[in-house]
Amino acid sequence: MTVLIDKNSKIIIQGFTGKMGTFHADEMIKYGSNVVGGVTPGKGGSKHLNLPVFNTVKDAVSETGADASILFVPPAFAADSAMEAADAGIKTCVAIVDGIPSHDMIRIKRYMRRYTKSSKMTLVGPNCAGIISPGKSMLGIMPGHIYKEGRIGIISRSGTLGYEAAQQLKNLNIGVSTSVGIGGDPINGSSFRDIIEKFETDDETDAILMIGEIGGPQEVAAGEFAKDNMRKPVIAYIAGLTAPKGRVMGHAGAIVSAYGESAIEKVEILKECGITISKNPSVMGDTVKSVLEKM
Amino acid sequence: MDIHEYQAKKILSDFGVTIPRGGIVYSPENAENKAREIGGSRWVVKAQIHSGARGKAGGIIVCNSPLEVAQATDKLLGKKLVTNQTGPEGKIVNRIYIEEATDIERELYLGLVFDRSSESIMVVASTEGGMSVEEISKEKPETIIRSKIEVAVGMQSFQARELAFGLGIEPDLIRRASETIIGCYKAFSELDATMVEVNPLVISKQKQILALDCKMSFDNNAMFRRNQVSELRDKTQEDSKEVFASDRGLNYVSLDGNIGNIINGAGLAMASMDMIKLAGGSPANFLDVGGGATPEKIVKAFKLVTMDEKVKVILVNIFAGINRCDWVAEGIVEALKKIEVNVPLVIRLAGTNVEKGNQILKESKINYIEANTLEDAANKAVAALNK
Repeated sequence: MTVLIDKNSKIIIQGFTGKMGTFHADEMIKYGSNVVGGVTPGKGGSKHLNLPVFNTVKDAVSETGADASILFVPPAFAADSAMEAADAGIKTCVAIVDGIPSHDMIRIKRYMRRYTKSSKMTLVGPNCAGIISPGKSMLGIMPGHIYKEGRIGIISRSGTLGYEAAQQLKNLNIGVSTSVGIGGDPINGSSFRDIIEKFETDDETDAILMIGEIGGPQEVAAGEFAKDNMRKPVIAYIAGLTAPKGRVMGHAGAIVSAYGESAIEKVEILKECGITISKNPSVMGDTVKSVLEKM
Repeated sequence: MDIHEYQAKKILSDFGVTIPRGGIVYSPENAENKAREIGGSRWVVKAQIHSGARGKAGGIIVCNSPLEVAQATDKLLGKKLVTNQTGPEGKIVNRIYIEEATDIERELYLGLVFDRSSESIMVVASTEGGMSVEEISKEKPETIIRSKIEVAVGMQSFQARELAFGLGIEPDLIRRASETIIGCYKAFSELDATMVEVNPLVISKQKQILALDCKMSFDNNAMFRRNQVSELRDKTQEDSKEVFASDRGLNYVSLDGNIGNIINGAGLAMASMDMIKLAGGSPANFLDVGGGATPEKIVKAFKLVTMDEKVKVILVNIFAGINRCDWVAEGIVEALKKIEVNVPLVIRLAGTNVEKGNQILKESKINYIEANTLEDAANKAVAALNK
């Protein structure tokens, strides 16, 4: 089992015929992902990149058996597209797009409450790099070649900092089972806690590297979950030690507005939860290595 | 995005919240006339800047005649007000709000924010109006009452009533207080706000419930569908470099140090700043040119960072993914043809085609210091500073 996607995942691209959708669909296909088609309302019945285009996600699912999707639609239409995917029976949906209003994210999450746990779609993102299970499938926009196949799970709010970690691990000859970019927005589809729970039960993952940052309660929630429920080791780095309070640092969600949301406070709380801290971003790989050596 | 007090008041009043009579003015003559138009015998002259704690900074003046109103306006217009929220550089006063004075009986606190844990809207109220919410939670936490609102159905009357009774509001005023609270909720949810704060919300001696001061912030991501709100943006209240950046699609935050940063990705940018600090330096800015780091963005980023006179060293750290290092390197070379950089430049490239990227930089004859890792880059930037 692989977290969220595997070699057999059948992927559709929402916003397939646009510039972004076309470019990244092509990259995913080159990586070996099983892309089976795409959706662009009004262009159903045509072909794009030699694959069928559908008007609706439901049509795409019934014709191709798709179970995963990735959104390349503009922010104004992203909430609608995510809900359409959920309703069509997609199991894993990645929203790459940056700029979805917070009120829309809340709307998506309320909408998804109508599904039972077993039939509920996992939404990853928005404002993220997506998911990659090296050597199996890529449902994202990351450079696939920096990920070595292996047994470390990565979860990161930041895209490029996640790449940095994968590269450091590769340089140490350590590979990755799955890397999940959960995105930099204040409200996201899946939290750190949601994803570490999946890694805990994944028999292809030995340890988890969690890359957090200032703002929001998510890292702490994941730490508390790990303390009570996880047997696998968790390593964490929190970015933003030098970030001033009350300012948005690039990511809409990277703002310290309450106690426990600064980097120093998060590090302290995570330590108390038994999580190993990577003390700076250049030793994320080394810290994982030292934890693996103790196992 | 933040707006001024008078703009927030106008919005809340459209949602059924009572505000004192008042008007915006741009000159002392204007102010004197406005005071006469409002009528009464006492007025409050309020400097409009994007900051709280204006009273302590001398930005709020109570006056007893239209002449005094004109004098107070004259004193405040064009002045830089420094509050505990503006930073030492302060904020310029270009607009003055004249308001009738209110006879205050009680001062309450009312705030609405997104609660990221429950992913709902949280209403926070306290009987200790006039203090900041941080002060209240430190000094009088027992006075704070909260109500979590389920956004799918909106705020219910009983929730507003519970808050009003919780604040000890007398029975005759409960209905009006509930309408006020629901008005604030509606403004929040219908206009894509991220924060509404009425502090103080007062009960006057005449038994009116009034929003005496208020602040609103909005979700930048939703401004595409809120034209009327986005028109309220006042760029004179923002850092000029930050305005330059946001107009060009860059994420920039001005900081106090002297090492300028050009980085792709918000997380990597924060991490690089952390490394600079650990190496003994101090960042002059946060700058995320976006995951893509296109050559055009790199040019704009160099322009922005070189505008800052504090900058004594520039650190470029790009982790190229889909965009390749050779492409990024060409962008840097291009930028340096257009923009003169007179301070040491440290460049670290990583990711796709890194060897090719470094080769382009070397062959271009630009004057720079090559770095290989995050740590190496931070150390070299700090070392260059000390030379």
